Amino acid sequence: MLKQAMKKIGFGLLLLLTAPQVLAEIRWNFPEPVTPMALDTLHVHNKFMLIVAVIFVVVLAIMIYSLIKHRKSVGHQAVVDKAPSTATEIFWTLIPFVILLVIDFVIMGIPAYHSVVMMEDTKNESDMMIKITGSQWRWQYEYIGNTDKGNQNGLVDAKGIKFTSTLSTPQDQVNGTVPPVDDPKSPYLLDVDNRLVLPVGAKVRILMTSTDVLHNWWVPQFGSSRVAVPGFIRETWVQVDKAGTYRGQCKELCGKGHGYMPVVVDALPKAEYAAWVDLKQKEINAQAAGADKEWSKDELIAQGKAVYDKNCAVCHQVSGAGLPPAFPALTGSKIATSPIFDASGKYLPDSHLDRVLNGIRVMPAWKALLNDTEIAAVITYERNALGNSVGDVLQPAQVKAARQ
Amino acid sequence: MSTTTVAHHDEHTDHPTGIMRWLTTTNHKDIGTMYLTFSLIMFLVGGSMILGIRAELFQPGLQLIKPDFFNQLIGVHALIMIFAALMPAATGFANWMLPLQIGAPDMALPRLNNWGFWLLPPSAILLTLPFTLALFGIGDGALATGWTFYPPLSIQGGIGVDFAIFAVHLLGISSVLGSINIIVTLFNMRAPGMTLMKMPMFAWGWLITAFLLIATIPVLAGAVTMLLTDRHFGTHFFDAAGGGDPIMFQHLFWFFGHPEVYILLLPVWGFIPQILQTFSRKPMYGYKAQVYSLWAIGAMSVVVWAHHFFTAGMPVPALLYFMYSTMAISLPLAVLFFCWIKTMWRGSMSFETPMLFTVGWIILFGIGGLTGLVLADVAADAQYHNSYFVVAHFHYTLFAGGIMGIMAGVYYWLPKMTGHMYNEKLGQLHFWLTAISFNLTFIPQFFLGLAGMPRRIPDYALQFAEFNMISSMAAFVLGLSQLIFVYNIISTVKGGKKATSQVWEGAEGLEWTLPSPPPYHSFTEQPIIK
Repeated sequence: MLKQAMKKIGFGLLLLLTAPQVLAEIRWNFPEPVTPMALDTLHVHNKFMLIVAVIFVVVLAIMIYSLIKHRKSVGHQAVVDKAPSTATEIFWTLIPFVILLVIDFVIMGIPAYHSVVMMEDTKNESDMMIKITGSQWRWQYEYIGNTDKGNQNGLVDAKGIKFTSTLSTPQDQVNGTVPPVDDPKSPYLLDVDNRLVLPVGAKVRILMTSTDVLHNWWVPQFGSSRVAVPGFIRETWVQVDKAGTYRGQCKELCGKGHGYMPVVVDALPKAEYAAWVDLKQKEINAQAAGADKEWSKDELIAQGKAVYDKNCAVCHQVSGAGLPPAFPALTGSKIATSPIFDASGKYLPDSHLDRVLNGIRVMPAWKALLNDTEIAAVITYERNALGNSVGDVLQPAQVKAARQ
Repeated sequence: MSTTTVAHHDEHTDHPTGIMRWLTTTNHKDIGTMYLTFSLIMFLVGGSMILGIRAELFQPGLQLIKPDFFNQLIGVHALIMIFAALMPAATGFANWMLPLQIGAPDMALPRLNNWGFWLLPPSAILLTLPFTLALFGIGDGALATGWTFYPPLSIQGGIGVDFAIFAVHLLGISSVLGSINIIVTLFNMRAPGMTLMKMPMFAWGWLITAFLLIATIPVLAGAVTMLLTDRHFGTHFFDAAGGGDPIMFQHLFWFFGHPEVYILLLPVWGFIPQILQTFSRKPMYGYKAQVYSLWAIGAMSVVVWAHHFFTAGMPVPALLYFMYSTMAISLPLAVLFFCWIKTMWRGSMSFETPMLFTVGWIILFGIGGLTGLVLADVAADAQYHNSYFVVAHFHYTLFAGGIMGIMAGVYYWLPKMTGHMYNEKLGQLHFWLTAISFNLTFIPQFFLGLAGMPRRIPDYALQFAEFNMISSMAAFVLGLSQLIFVYNIISTVKGGKKATSQVWEGAEGLEWTLPSPPPYHSFTEQPIIK
């Protein structure tokens, strides 16, 4: 352990010494912008940085000159500042004020004004709308549909597509039991199971909200970042002009999983986007059919494990042991072992199904995040695995009925 | 003659000794000493917390600290550094130096002064107790929402949030009491002939600070109380389901929070010109301009709060207003910078430790101020906001602009307070280590932020590894260098070369007319200002 740490420190020192070689790989500014907003932001940022750098260097130079020349050790005698004449005083006060006013409100202020107006113009000329919902600790994407302009432009309407996007880095790496793996295809902490897919060149109006606490949807290469506020709709927009995969993260502290809810967006050319929409819609139809069919216990448990590991294990742990007192154990828990339905077939308050559907305190309401099959599967899994053996099976059809 | 009179009075000083002296004291110097000691201790506590964070962030992957504990450390670090290290340090100087600088025998309200200090230790305990309770299985640790308490996360949180709310209440009461005391003292107890426009700059800085505290602390107290009732008594101030709004909390919090930045900085802006004139051997330039600028900054600080959450969503006119008003603060601040540099210009400078810290302070605080100007831009702020760029920015203003300023003040006044000269070589070593490692810690964080690393994350993507490693190593050097500071202070208190009354060749002002250390009761004969 110590030896490893020493090696790391040695590496760090080496890095400092060989800085020029490493510099080439390190990013010194915003990543490459791919939306008009990010491009604008980069220009504004570069310009402002240049201005403040010039101010800094000029003032520092004057100060350093003074520090060298006006020191006691070189025999400089202090001069008494004489009060200037009123005219001179006014002149010398006005000049810096005017310079600063021009810098603040003209050189910086005017481009800043245009950026703000552009950034907040979410509605005009938009082609489609999506809704992004933040939850602890995942993003939910819902395609609301095309605008008239989008339809005129021949954009395929993705209306109705809806899915949840969760970190896909393996839990053992996230927990630190094994070191992070450098995989360019699925970068550590920056990859998800379901990516948001957007058509290249379309202006996408984004409506944003949250189911629990504040989150902030941010992709650095898009230049847009907006807080998701529970109970309110916030707006922003993106127009990705270059095909590719773009990654970002939540940037509003949202609890212990804050570092683990990345944003990944695939921007696809129109034809590929249309193919993706088609595929997704077929999947949805298949799922709807799946909710009505009768599932076997083994099928449910198999799918339930996948759902559990992805969504529940963060708090309740892979083993079901939980992290008491904040996150209770599921193994042997009263809720996970007591009956779900009363005699008439209605689900009981505080039953397993009630808790998963509606949540309580820190536990999210999963009805907004998982479909009927997933909820049925995960509940069946929790009752028949993780050290529990209740033996019953919850069918997707029952979940569907419970939602009504 | 006056010295012997004072010494004569001192022999008759009748006060308890030992622990009772400190518990019951109403003497401004004793209380000032307690404030400063408390501040130093809490500075080390808050610092060690962040070294834990930097150790975790040394390399990617979770090694030392679990995410929920990580979130507790960052929030408590900030609360301790702001409320228990920086603010008490400034109040400590106020207690020690304001009466000496205006020729008053003590503060106007000595018992209130004692009470104001003794509220601090309980609040520090309230802040940190949940860590200990969690070890015994009670609750789930301290406040894990960051120091800003944003709901709904803070409504979800555990008992740590309640503890922090009560800690903030106590700290707030303490600050308001201290402010009342300072305002009353400055308005009523100045030596005859000292008009307001002849007051030392430090007194001006603190006067405006005191007004800002009285104006804004009640807003914070109200906001956290609303949070408390939302948590426990079913109100819905910040819950949309009951007609409330989570963002309203941000407005209330930052209505306090932005002036708070100036509350931390104005006292420093007060004594920095005094240090400059001492070591430039030349009266400070533009006294009136500085006073007016301090007032302007104080007034503007309460009308720019929403620039802390541009990304939370606001109408365009509000965005533009808060952007332009924030930029406007650069005008009075530029006047201050101009006056500071003009004070040095064509002086006869020497670079003892207080002057080194002051010069370093001007440069580094300049970086903090200029990056703040850039942050005001709403569009670019979408990128900077809550990224490491902001972390670097506010450490340039609060560590360099706040704590390094306080250190300059400590070295400047320590000989006056203790009667001994500190070790100059160690002081200079402390300065250079602090300045260099500070920059190595935070310059990489500017680039991390630009590259897209959000703040408050316990683990990060591999592309951020190099800069984080440099930052962590430098942070440990920065932290360990402060031990030199502590050692230097302790050894100066214990002994050392005797300091003269004037201490510094170029020092001017009433505090330098008294012997070092000043007698327990000073100015028993009122000085007259001509």
